[in-house]
Amino acid sequence: MRVMAQMSMVMNLDKCIGCHTCSVTCKQAWTNRAGTEYVWFNNVETRPGQGYPRQYEDQEKWRGGWEVGRHGQLRLKAGGRLKKLLTIFSSPVQPQLGDYYEPWTYDYQTLVDAPLGDDFPVARPKSLITGEDTKITWSANWDDNLGGAAQMGELDPIIAKLRADASAEANAKIKFEYEQTFMFYLPRICEHCLNPACMASCPSGAIYKREEDGIVLVDQDRCRGWRQCITGCPYKKIYFNHKSGKAEKCTFCYPRVEVGLPTVCSETCVGRLRYLGLVLYDADRVTEVAATADDQALYAKQLEIMLDPSDPEVIAAARAQGIPDDWMESARRSPVYALAKRFKVALPLHPEYRTLPMVWYVPPLSPVVDLLKDQGHDAEAAGSLFGAIHELRIPVEYLAELFTAGDTAEIERVLNRLAAMRSYMRDVSLGRDPDASIPAFVGMGEEEVYDMYRLLAIAKYEERYVIPTAHHEDAHNLEEMACSLDFDEGPGMYESGAFGEASGVPTPVAVETFHALRDRQTADTAASSESLRGRVNLLNWDGNGRPEGLFPAKEKS
Amino acid sequence: MSTVLWGVLPYLALALLIGGTIWRYRYDKFGWTTRSSQLYESRLLRIGSPLFHFGALVVVVGHVVGLLIPESWTEKLGISEHMYHGNALFWGTIAGICTLVGLGILIYRRRTTGPVFMATTTNDKVMYVVLTSALCLGLWTTALAISAGSEAANYRETVSPWFRSLFYLNPDVDAMAAAPVQFHIHALVGLLLFAIWPFTRLVHAFTAPLHYLFRPYIVYRSRDARPHAGARAARPGWQPIGTHDRERGAR
Repeated sequence: MRVMAQMSMVMNLDKCIGCHTCSVTCKQAWTNRAGTEYVWFNNVETRPGQGYPRQYEDQEKWRGGWEVGRHGQLRLKAGGRLKKLLTIFSSPVQPQLGDYYEPWTYDYQTLVDAPLGDDFPVARPKSLITGEDTKITWSANWDDNLGGAAQMGELDPIIAKLRADASAEANAKIKFEYEQTFMFYLPRICEHCLNPACMASCPSGAIYKREEDGIVLVDQDRCRGWRQCITGCPYKKIYFNHKSGKAEKCTFCYPRVEVGLPTVCSETCVGRLRYLGLVLYDADRVTEVAATADDQALYAKQLEIMLDPSDPEVIAAARAQGIPDDWMESARRSPVYALAKRFKVALPLHPEYRTLPMVWYVPPLSPVVDLLKDQGHDAEAAGSLFGAIHELRIPVEYLAELFTAGDTAEIERVLNRLAAMRSYMRDVSLGRDPDASIPAFVGMGEEEVYDMYRLLAIAKYEERYVIPTAHHEDAHNLEEMACSLDFDEGPGMYESGAFGEASGVPTPVAVETFHALRDRQTADTAASSESLRGRVNLLNWDGNGRPEGLFPAKEKS
Repeated sequence: MSTVLWGVLPYLALALLIGGTIWRYRYDKFGWTTRSSQLYESRLLRIGSPLFHFGALVVVVGHVVGLLIPESWTEKLGISEHMYHGNALFWGTIAGICTLVGLGILIYRRRTTGPVFMATTTNDKVMYVVLTSALCLGLWTTALAISAGSEAANYRETVSPWFRSLFYLNPDVDAMAAAPVQFHIHALVGLLLFAIWPFTRLVHAFTAPLHYLFRPYIVYRSRDARPHAGARAARPGWQPIGTHDRERGAR
């Protein structure tokens, strides 16, 4: 047993309102550069929908991920090493810019510069690729909120798959007419897989998985732009920076995670639907599990290699592997472990790609509840809710294609648990006697349901994000501890040392922001600037009051 | 004159090639890439790029065999000069034409596809000129040799000994000087190509990922392996988004 720690995420899809705040803040933080205009490390897709890039889930077309060979061995769907090298001069199935979209901006300058005239000046769309005038025909979320679904809904690869199976009950029921359809949002980042196909596809070996926290990164100094990773990743979450000629991907905001801060997408999530935490897994069994013959067994197998951090055997093995004790403590408190393995309500996205993804999802119950309410039922009574989950084949089959390789029983089990939690907690909230038979029906204890409720419904900041910091003895390796003194003209050169105004190591901005935000969120007065050491961080100012130092002190006349 | 051309220039080119490569590898790993433009255009690339690259590989092998293996060796193996020459011309012509056609398609694509042309730097253009001329001149020598038939100049008695003598540090200038003029020009342009090689996108050839065949699929690496993060200046590659950077970067 080789115990390794993996930073991972769970998203509770019931709470996603599709506001795209995560995408926007991520883009502002990481990909607002020339060459990455079309790159969305985080994007939010409306399902049913084609996704981004268009129809990326159609692996017959894009050849991403792994497959099991004739002799039960795991192999890349796009072909082995030799084939990859032989086709390196022109990648056979790489998405084109058209499969993403042509990024654009507007010529805002004309609004200011246009000469006086009778007509209003117009800011024309300009392509960010060529700089020429362009016609906007597609974007990263063109089919947001089912836009155009009446015409294009059938282009969703999962819909196409369900339609192809004519016997599927869902076939007749999936409709795209207004008021008859269903939808939910699916935010996506890199899956930071345990068995990444992008890494296996990289001829240079530039993509690596960090031993400490399992974050998958691209070494920008070793990437040579052979672009095989783009084909390899079935989630199409590796992007080609067309300016630098290098592959780029979601970094799990490792500079933030290293100092104990949540990723940008998590921190800014309006619905507070993201959970971050450690999962321990047995690295020795990764390949074996990924080679499981039965697609639908992959989920259970992956759960199997997630190790229980309270198990003395695991603790001993982890210690032998050099995993620090505070990391073990974090692993025990991990919300991801709780949702995935303890409550078993989180599911991996497309386990059938065999990359063992580590960003998991709690499937949405809302479409079921909404429908019941519309039909005039008591939507959250246990009886009607359980019944409806069985009845309502539409989302279940669709969800099964997304999260369990088509195993609807598994989806129903998870939705039942979520439904049970709602019914049970409703009695508690209304002061009625809690009905222990409800949790028992879904194989849970009352205590367990309450814990799950706390995590899913109350979702306190400290419980959602359990992020152990990287270690002090490694501090010189941290990205944000930028104040290394040993470079030319660094502070060390002047020996301003511990005295004077600008002395000492500056607090990293991210840490300062974090404390300021927490102060503000927990304070019951207007934002104070005390923690800002005499400076004002306008990003944290909530507009109330006038913090000290916002304006220069008035000179006394 | 001969001494400068065939005794000094080759070493200058070699020094630039080796020194430049080391310098580039140390200071510009981030710029060391194929700078693929497949994202913009794929249809022409699918034909042109493999044609060019595979052709070029055969051309390289042909040069290595022709220049490094002494005539006496092949004769000992019982390969007559006539047989060798015929084969070399045959394969050389095919590979050369493939490479040239591939390159032609790639240049046509580069010129006519808007985004690809926008992404072409002056450096690329200079490199294309030198590469294309080296290729054309090479094909020209081949064409002359074919038209001359059995009268053709035997470069394995002139160019090859000179090339090998470069590595003994005792350049056989006279041998090269005795070769016909087409070889002279081709060799000079070839030297120029090697001299600019490390400073162009051609460097990607030096990191051909052959080790891919042998490495494990999953790469684990410790965070500690990262060199001195934060202790260096911001790396290149960050440019603000927008259309104006096109004008600014009018390379």
